[in-house]
Amino acid sequence: MNYNWDWGVLVTAPYFGWIISGLGWTLAVAACAWLIAFTLGSIIGIMRTTDNPVARSIGAGYVEVFRNIPLLVQMFLWYFIFPELLPEAWGTWVKRGIPLPEFWTAVVCLGTYTASRVAEQVRAGINAISLGQKQAAMAIGLAPMQVYRYILLPVSYRTIIPPMTSEFLGIFKNSSLALTIGVLELTAQTRQIEEYTFQGFEAFTAATILYITVTFIVMTAMAVVEKKMAIPGMISLGAK
Amino acid sequence: MFSDFDFDVVINAIPFLWEGMQLTFLLTFLAITGGLFLGVLLALSRLSHIKVLSFAAGSYVNFFRSMPLILVIFWFYFLVPFIVGRPVGGFYSVLVAFTLFEAAYYCEIMRAGIQSVRISQVQAGQAIGLSYSQNMRYIVLPQAFRNMTPILLTQAVILFQDTSLVYVVGLHDFLVNAEIVATRENRLIELFSTVAVVYFVLCLSFSLSIRKLQKRFSI
Repeated sequence: MNYNWDWGVLVTAPYFGWIISGLGWTLAVAACAWLIAFTLGSIIGIMRTTDNPVARSIGAGYVEVFRNIPLLVQMFLWYFIFPELLPEAWGTWVKRGIPLPEFWTAVVCLGTYTASRVAEQVRAGINAISLGQKQAAMAIGLAPMQVYRYILLPVSYRTIIPPMTSEFLGIFKNSSLALTIGVLELTAQTRQIEEYTFQGFEAFTAATILYITVTFIVMTAMAVVEKKMAIPGMISLGAK
Repeated sequence: MFSDFDFDVVINAIPFLWEGMQLTFLLTFLAITGGLFLGVLLALSRLSHIKVLSFAAGSYVNFFRSMPLILVIFWFYFLVPFIVGRPVGGFYSVLVAFTLFEAAYYCEIMRAGIQSVRISQVQAGQAIGLSYSQNMRYIVLPQAFRNMTPILLTQAVILFQDTSLVYVVGLHDFLVNAEIVATRENRLIELFSTVAVVYFVLCLSFSLSIRKLQKRFSI
């Protein structure tokens, strides 16, 4: 193996800047997509626990559709097909009108996909609460909305912190798929450095270390949160 | 918008798409086989009493689980020809990447499966004088496999979907072949919606049969 080691390439211009900006885009995509995933996923998950058969089947259908199509195919559907299905003016706006169309497409795609996984966690968290709590809440005269707001959701969100952390780390890693539609996130930038300099080993090592570091930080932070939020006398209930 | 949906383009592309699908199936099958084999070794190492072994296996799993699959694919696309010393073609590089990556996930599934076997079963095995390997072979693993089979199969569905990521190195799998036709014929809607429907039907029917199996199979 003859390979010209040159770790210096990582800190020379413009490559150092590429890595930093790549990390920035990765975090931005992951954070924005997580907002969608968390909100939408909670709504879908809650829908699947209600007594309304229509809401339940909409929730179930959503989860099946988004879990059974590869994420990359979903990315292409959002990027190439979705604008075509809209009325023409809207389609043009999605393609060209909004700033950073690739970025927002990736955010929506990752958000809606992860929402289906978050929904399953939220549903599992709610279903794991003993029936007595719900009955007690109804017995003291709370409306269904209040039962969720004051009893079921606070308990379930506290118990599903570990699987939700994994889902967030999933979105963080999956944000690398954004490179297929042209978002220059961390993986794309290091791949580009490899192509420009042939220092693939150094470039990919940098990306690997950054991914591992962020994962480690998130896991450490969430372990603290989990401890703080733990419900006394309960072991974690979230689904795998 | 669907009024000019051109079915002929899709029908004419079927042989070419099938060629791609064969690569998808082959890659899935080989990566599952390799991943399972390596995964068993990793899981046994992780549960081993030898500290070095369990630490090494644990680090392997954490390492691969904190990396995006695309980065792993790029890594091995770059590394494998280097290690072998000559170009080997994308397929083998990607196969190595998928096998090593999946092994980490299979390891965790199997570890959970093995740990779900009650300790009294192991003790009973020891009491009747089974050695460690006999105990594993006749008592623990048969029960563990029944517990983890549904999850292993679900992971196989996920792997089947993930093989579409070979797109990033341009291997001609199902999705890439569809994209080639789509660009050539300028028929993106037809081809991409076909791909989505095919994947959806395959994955959904497989997931549903796993759920059925799970009901029959669980201890």
